[in-house]
Amino acid sequence: MAIDAATVRKVAHLARIKTPEDRLEPLAQELNGILNWIEQLNEVDVQGVEPMTSNVAQPLRLREDVVTDGAKVDAVLSNAPKSADGFFVVPKVVD
Amino acid sequence: MSDNKTLIKGRTGDWEIVMGLEIHAQVASKAKLFSGAAVGFGAGPNEQVSLVDAGFPGMLPTLNKHCVEQAVKSGLGLKAQINLKSQFDRKNYFYPDLPTGYQISQLYHPIVGEGVVEVEAEDGSFFNVGIERLHLEQDAGKLIHDLSPTESYVDLNRAGTALMEIVSRPDIRTPEEAVAYVKKIRTILIYLGTCDGDMDKGNLRADVNVSVCRAGNYAKFKETGDFGFLGTRCEIKNVNSFRFISQAINYEARRQIEILEDGGSIIQETRLYDPTAGETRSMRSKEEAMDYRYFPDPDLLPLELEQAWIDEIKANLPELPDEKRRRLMADYGLSQYDAVVLISEQAKADYFEAAAKGRDAKLVSNWVTNEVSARLAADGKDFSENPLPAAHVAQLVELIETNVISSKIAKEVFDYVWNGEGSPAEVVEKHGLKQVTDTGAIEKAVDDIIAANPDKAAAVAEKPQALGWFVGQVMKATGGKANPAAVNDILKSKLGL
Amino acid sequence: MSDLTKLTLKDAVDGLKAKTFTSEELTRAFLTNIEASNPALNAYVEVTADKALEQARASDARLAKGEGGALEGAPLGIKDLFCTEGVQTTAGSNMLRGFVPPYESTVTANLWRDGAVMLGKLNMDEFAMGSANETSAFGPVKNPWKAKSSDAELTPGGSSGGSASAVASDLCLAATASDTGGSIRQPAAFTGTVGIKPTYGRASRFGMVAFASSLDQAGPITKTVTDAAILLKSMCSFDAKDSTSLDIPTPDWTQSVGQSVKGLRIGVPAEYLIDGMSEEIKALWQQGVAWLKAAGCEIVEISLPHTKYALPAYYIVAPAEASSNLARYDGMRFGHRAEEFSSLDDLYAASRAEGFGKEVQRRLTIGTYVLSAGFYDAYYVKALKVRRRIAEDFDKVWGSVDAILTPSTPTAAFKLGDKQIDPLTMYLNDVFTVTTNLAGLPGISVPAGLSSDGLPLGLQVIGKALDEATVFQVAAALEDSAGFVAKPAKWW
Repeated sequence: MAIDAATVRKVAHLARIKTPEDRLEPLAQELNGILNWIEQLNEVDVQGVEPMTSNVAQPLRLREDVVTDGAKVDAVLSNAPKSADGFFVVPKVVD
Repeated sequence: MSDNKTLIKGRTGDWEIVMGLEIHAQVASKAKLFSGAAVGFGAGPNEQVSLVDAGFPGMLPTLNKHCVEQAVKSGLGLKAQINLKSQFDRKNYFYPDLPTGYQISQLYHPIVGEGVVEVEAEDGSFFNVGIERLHLEQDAGKLIHDLSPTESYVDLNRAGTALMEIVSRPDIRTPEEAVAYVKKIRTILIYLGTCDGDMDKGNLRADVNVSVCRAGNYAKFKETGDFGFLGTRCEIKNVNSFRFISQAINYEARRQIEILEDGGSIIQETRLYDPTAGETRSMRSKEEAMDYRYFPDPDLLPLELEQAWIDEIKANLPELPDEKRRRLMADYGLSQYDAVVLISEQAKADYFEAAAKGRDAKLVSNWVTNEVSARLAADGKDFSENPLPAAHVAQLVELIETNVISSKIAKEVFDYVWNGEGSPAEVVEKHGLKQVTDTGAIEKAVDDIIAANPDKAAAVAEKPQALGWFVGQVMKATGGKANPAAVNDILKSKLGL
Repeated sequence: MSDLTKLTLKDAVDGLKAKTFTSEELTRAFLTNIEASNPALNAYVEVTADKALEQARASDARLAKGEGGALEGAPLGIKDLFCTEGVQTTAGSNMLRGFVPPYESTVTANLWRDGAVMLGKLNMDEFAMGSANETSAFGPVKNPWKAKSSDAELTPGGSSGGSASAVASDLCLAATASDTGGSIRQPAAFTGTVGIKPTYGRASRFGMVAFASSLDQAGPITKTVTDAAILLKSMCSFDAKDSTSLDIPTPDWTQSVGQSVKGLRIGVPAEYLIDGMSEEIKALWQQGVAWLKAAGCEIVEISLPHTKYALPAYYIVAPAEASSNLARYDGMRFGHRAEEFSSLDDLYAASRAEGFGKEVQRRLTIGTYVLSAGFYDAYYVKALKVRRRIAEDFDKVWGSVDAILTPSTPTAAFKLGDKQIDPLTMYLNDVFTVTTNLAGLPGISVPAGLSSDGLPLGLQVIGKALDEATVFQVAAALEDSAGFVAKPAKWW
């Protein structure tokens, strides 16, 4: 599954990381190096093995339906690059 | 369902529409799905936002038990499989209304599996819609575009609110069926108390997947399960009224048929219904990078439910619309039509039952579904906001049943009662609307009219339909208060009919 | 007065309780050291002197009344991954430069509850992604140790390089750190300090900037095993705000330190003897085995057959989780926002390209790729299955051993800039540590000796889940046998 510059461009867009055109090819090579190394996982027999998503062997805890948070607009907006009238402000979004 | 109903005529032959719906229903809860911030409508911008909702570094989700219970309840209401083990996944995409850059949802292991919903069609027939799954997920925030010409404002109050996404099988065939299906789901959820169903506030909205295929192909799909028989679908996002659902489907089906008949092909895409233009539009901007990279949320562990808890929830479920419909028909001898109309709103059915005790149920049903419903509709209210006590309807019907007033006068009585003049009995008393049942008085009026119209009286033997004229005259003479049955009887005997 | 900074955490806490010195005196001593040393070592990204003195005086007031918690008056350094209310928290990234959290992480809140004093925030690899502290937006941290043969500046390891360097050079009594693939244990080994990663779920992740949620775990870097036991206890707690936090009591691990290890069965896994491992590391490992044997342990040769797959599995799982965890850094609500952009998408991409450094970008790209359509099963699911195989390897040996002894790292500290060229060489640093992250097990690195070039080397003890007690017990035995007292010669 070799990665080419076009794949890097697509993945960089998915990850929203602006990547100059002249970086695509070197990045592709770098990623291929890493992925080739990762390919050794194919040596492992994982027949019938359940994927392990967590180290914690307990079910999810549930909390009560009680309002314990919110009403902290100042904190929520305290680090905003731009805000106004209680809103975050971002460049115009066009659907 | 008859075939011709599902067929659409095209230039090159007949087509069929096939639809599956994804309904997003906001879970009725006090706090959000994964944070302790309040859920509600009308708060100031970002006032119902915790740092978890805003996706601050190091913030972690914790699951609201009540939301899980609501999902289980809804699943039971949809006669669906409750999965004792489910898992939350992240759906990754960037958008300013999505603070963490991913929506927590359930793709691989939803909390509720397959079910089925029985839906009443407009003609009184029933059809089944298969439920594929119900899962819990977070809602996104809101973007406001009209506060600045160059910028969008972001309000995260809605972000993190619990939604149930209910996904149907492609079992829906006409715009009317789609509407009836959404109405039915909405009714079930309202009965269960798991969603308030308020579509104006966006608390219940639907994505409609529409495809068209050649007549007959749907049957082949049903037979084989092969989706190849169906056309390519387009998803119309976030349609939030019954009228728009119907309009959007009609437009979209036509659009697809025209493309296909012109030799083109349908591109699978997400579209938006524009009610002002009455058309659906492609949302290509959201489309280009639709690779959501779902994976199990490592901040959350598998959700495991105990069967005993589910049994307990099941034991405490309220009566659901279908059960109520069957019971109203059995207990009150109502027609299916009447029962269906009554159960469409839980408060309406409750109201009926409160008024119908010991009364003529059919008559009570008529008053509830006609007069009371019409007045409420005129005031823009529903039955939960009904100012008229059920006891008043019961008393009104009792007055009719006991011949104290006629059905005709009853309408007049209802007007006064609706306008707050008191109970029906008080109104009848106050306005002197009691029906004349004194046969002597009626006989006198009949005699007077026959005497004044001898030729008409003679003709009535030949033309019994003319009796109606005499009835009208007698009613007029008694100010409408004469008992119509008594008038009829006396007229018939006096006229020798 | 500068001698105070050489105290262990335990001795300092005891001295404070005995009123031999005050917390203010102790704190001032550290602040003086930091002022003098930090320009050269770059261990702290921010020194919170005013806050420290304020906390110290409050501690002194409590101590004067005979009150105070387990860490009362003890000045600590905090890895800049832990959100600290009102104090800039950057995770070593330009993305979060200037970010001031309006909240406190649970781990640091626990420390303040116990009376600790915060000296400042410690430098780290950007978002904890790195093994040499070279990916920090604030520049690399320097290891206070230098080789005998060269004057070159060495890495303190990473990602908790600031924590390790600060503890090794007496810029704090002890420090908090975090470990996703070895980020506590590798820097501890490189700097002659003790570092433990507890069982996953012991320490709350609430308020800790996430790298890879299923692997991240907080822990301390300290001067001694006892200090590690003291600080770890304070850091750990059940936290309802973290769904993966374990609802179990936190034991007093100082009780385990000094307990005889006689009769304990120590596993020595064959697979950790990797190709190209230096003779020095081999010899150190054998020395460790000999010490434990002499102390009465039974040595058991074991096999953990999937060890070699841990690193590649890790380099799928960790970047995949990171690609999602770091999606929130988009310049919309906090963090860096690019000034020039042509569209909304461009704003996202530009802000993230400007805000994230090269290594973070590389890992986010890998993570995005392995989760993308068509590759999810081949990479991500596969890696999770291998992860289970690795965990099963451990499960199988716990019947016959009580703890496992391995080297902490395949090499001693290396020159800054040495391994930047090839990411794969850099990734190999975690080869001995990453298995416990994947399996969720506790692991400690204890300084065990010096290389022929005079650099510290560490041994790792791995324990069963929740059995930190045995880990501390064995670690203390090693510490005792090694008698490691060497300190770096001051060059800074």
